[in-house]
Amino acid sequence: MTRKVSLAVVIVTVMVALTLVPVFAQDEFVFGMVFVGPENDRGWSQAQYEGGQYIEQNLPGSRMVFFPSLNTADNPETTLMDVAQNMVDEGAKVIFTTSDAFEEDTDAVAEAVPDVVFINTSGDNVLTGEAPANVGNVMGQMEWGKLIAGCAAGLTTETGKIGYLGPLINGETRRFAASAYLGARYCYGLKGGNPDDLQFTVTWIGFWFNIPGVTLDPTEEVNTLYDTGADVVLSGIDTAQAIEIAGQRVANGERVWAIPYDFVGSCDIAPDACLGVPFFHWGPAYLAVAQAVQDGSWSPSWDWVSPDWADINSDQSIVGFLQGAGLSDENKAALNGVIADLAGYATNPFVPDSFALWAGPLNLQDGTELAAAGQLVDPLDVWYLPQLLQGMVGASE
Amino acid sequence: MRSHRLISATFIVLPVVVAVLFTSLLVMLVGNEPGEVFQTVWMGAFRNSNALAAVVNFWRPLVMVSMGLVITFTAGLWNIGVEGQMMMGAVFASWAARSLALPHPIQISAEIAAAALGGALWAGLAGVLKTRLGVNEIFGGVGLNALANLLAIYLISGPWQPPEGGSAHSTTPFPANSLLQPASTEFPVSMVALGLAFASIIGVTLALRGTRWGLQLKATGKSSASARLMGVPTTRSVISAMMVCGMLAGLAGSYRVLFTYESLRPLVSGGIGFLGLLVVLLAGIRALWTPFIAFAFAAIMAGSTRLRVSLQLDASLAGVLQGALVLLVLLSNGLRGRVVEWSDRRAAKQAASVSETASPGARHE
Repeated sequence: MTRKVSLAVVIVTVMVALTLVPVFAQDEFVFGMVFVGPENDRGWSQAQYEGGQYIEQNLPGSRMVFFPSLNTADNPETTLMDVAQNMVDEGAKVIFTTSDAFEEDTDAVAEAVPDVVFINTSGDNVLTGEAPANVGNVMGQMEWGKLIAGCAAGLTTETGKIGYLGPLINGETRRFAASAYLGARYCYGLKGGNPDDLQFTVTWIGFWFNIPGVTLDPTEEVNTLYDTGADVVLSGIDTAQAIEIAGQRVANGERVWAIPYDFVGSCDIAPDACLGVPFFHWGPAYLAVAQAVQDGSWSPSWDWVSPDWADINSDQSIVGFLQGAGLSDENKAALNGVIADLAGYATNPFVPDSFALWAGPLNLQDGTELAAAGQLVDPLDVWYLPQLLQGMVGASE
Repeated sequence: MRSHRLISATFIVLPVVVAVLFTSLLVMLVGNEPGEVFQTVWMGAFRNSNALAAVVNFWRPLVMVSMGLVITFTAGLWNIGVEGQMMMGAVFASWAARSLALPHPIQISAEIAAAALGGALWAGLAGVLKTRLGVNEIFGGVGLNALANLLAIYLISGPWQPPEGGSAHSTTPFPANSLLQPASTEFPVSMVALGLAFASIIGVTLALRGTRWGLQLKATGKSSASARLMGVPTTRSVISAMMVCGMLAGLAGSYRVLFTYESLRPLVSGGIGFLGLLVVLLAGIRALWTPFIAFAFAAIMAGSTRLRVSLQLDASLAGVLQGALVLLVLLSNGLRGRVVEWSDRRAAKQAASVSETASPGARHE
């Protein structure tokens, strides 16, 4: 008897709960965003989050639902599938899975939810043809941002030693570290140094951010880079340890600098230690996707978006470089000159599609030739860079 | 007797009510409506078959670990190493998934057997450390957990790294032939794995109730020294309890790699082993209660994903509710003992005074 009563109570409760599902307003456009880290990490995930806010501000009736810190350490009970299902049930029409860590899972989830569009940021499964038809890829051409960042480091270094704090090792992270290296060599030469004397050391922590017990500790690695003679450390990870440490050291009177990454506001952590930040401004690219999904014109594509060369820091540019207070006036002027040269190169109709400074003679770390003298590296060979470049110190795999 | 039952019932209901009130208070403090929050968690867990599948997919490893822990708790062991045993199960299953290419049913059986072996060996090691070298299973377990994690990270970022390069994120996904298959797209749960979970629930319950081994575990758990005097092979009890628990933990770990993530990832055990300890404590080490409490935990955990998506509330609120529940239940168990003692004493006193007033009359007669 009591069992029957309790069963009835459970059933009634379920039914009542189901009828209470909020009815979605007709003109509301819901989109989902999934972050690998917290939305306030002052790095990659925060830049993604602000991209979502940009859609909310510019697409009337749009509403963001998001899930932060989706990784086995922070949310072991939740998979991308669970999160996406929840977002779809909230009414999401497009879901941005904003990390390389979601690349494989995005394809699997998209297959299970075919009438929702999935955008995997930084992935290339659309390019390779592995992705289902409701998946798209977006990435900004951060190679330019890293060239500029490397240049700022090369102009500033007094010890001739530059450190690069890398996340995990893949094509993306290798090509960004290599771009920074090429920029640093070039600008070290501009200042009258011999580029071959420049030491450029890459340390990989193993993931996009610190997971205690799993990755190397980025704080420790940054300190090691400084302690072994580097006076500029560039960050390639999602979070802001490099600029935090640099700030502490500057406060102690050391002449060191850092270049954070991803998030436009990250120099604010320690302005005097900051040479500048190459940042992503995802808003416009994401807004275009959301509008296309809303009006039904969306089709899958692999978008590798270049900066707005009229002004890389404009509201329309996906990649920018904000100079920091730590960069001397003389170096600011030199850097502005280099940025203007890069813009000239990128917009020159007579130069084939390529990244500046990615020109031969260039060898991979093991000595294999990447480009002969006078030859440009094909952009896709940059995208899939299989090793670091010859002259860089650090692991390639 | 009747008052005992009433006291028991009160002390089961009371901590649940207090935990819910406590969580509600927290929710109100951060400016949300408790009713809405609980409803959101409920919807997150049970709104449709896909949501239910997410609950079941978390319940499945949790219940297997918990059933294993019922065995070790019965034998008086704090098997903190259960997390590492899950990890070793995941590693062994991953090895089989990567290296073998057999017809699907044989392939899956081989992976499951490998996972069971990995977990059992790792737990057996903790058992041997305890019985032969006098290393408390708690300390041994903590050490072995760390080692198992390191081994997994080494494999992920080293020998088993994806072709594009090294990361501490994941191995290459396993081939489809090596993976457990979902029942359907509406209810993506592996029935093979679910069958194993039910088998382990029934198996553990029966083994503890009706076998000589179960009796020996209980005797060892109650008092190892007297059990030994009574001729119970306590060393064998300890090691076998550990190994059976490790086997179940290994199977739990295999589900995480062969179904949930389809690859080996760091921390793939996800704290489920530690959660299992809470489940079994909450169940008072009763085999039959354990699956239900595990299910409630899984529902709260999976349902709270919804909190984030709908209400922008931190999903770790679920952890607060669970932690409060376990603490309050343990607290109320202690209190119940005192109250029962007190009410017994009062009843005895009353009985004594009744018999005192009654007995002189009896003499007169």
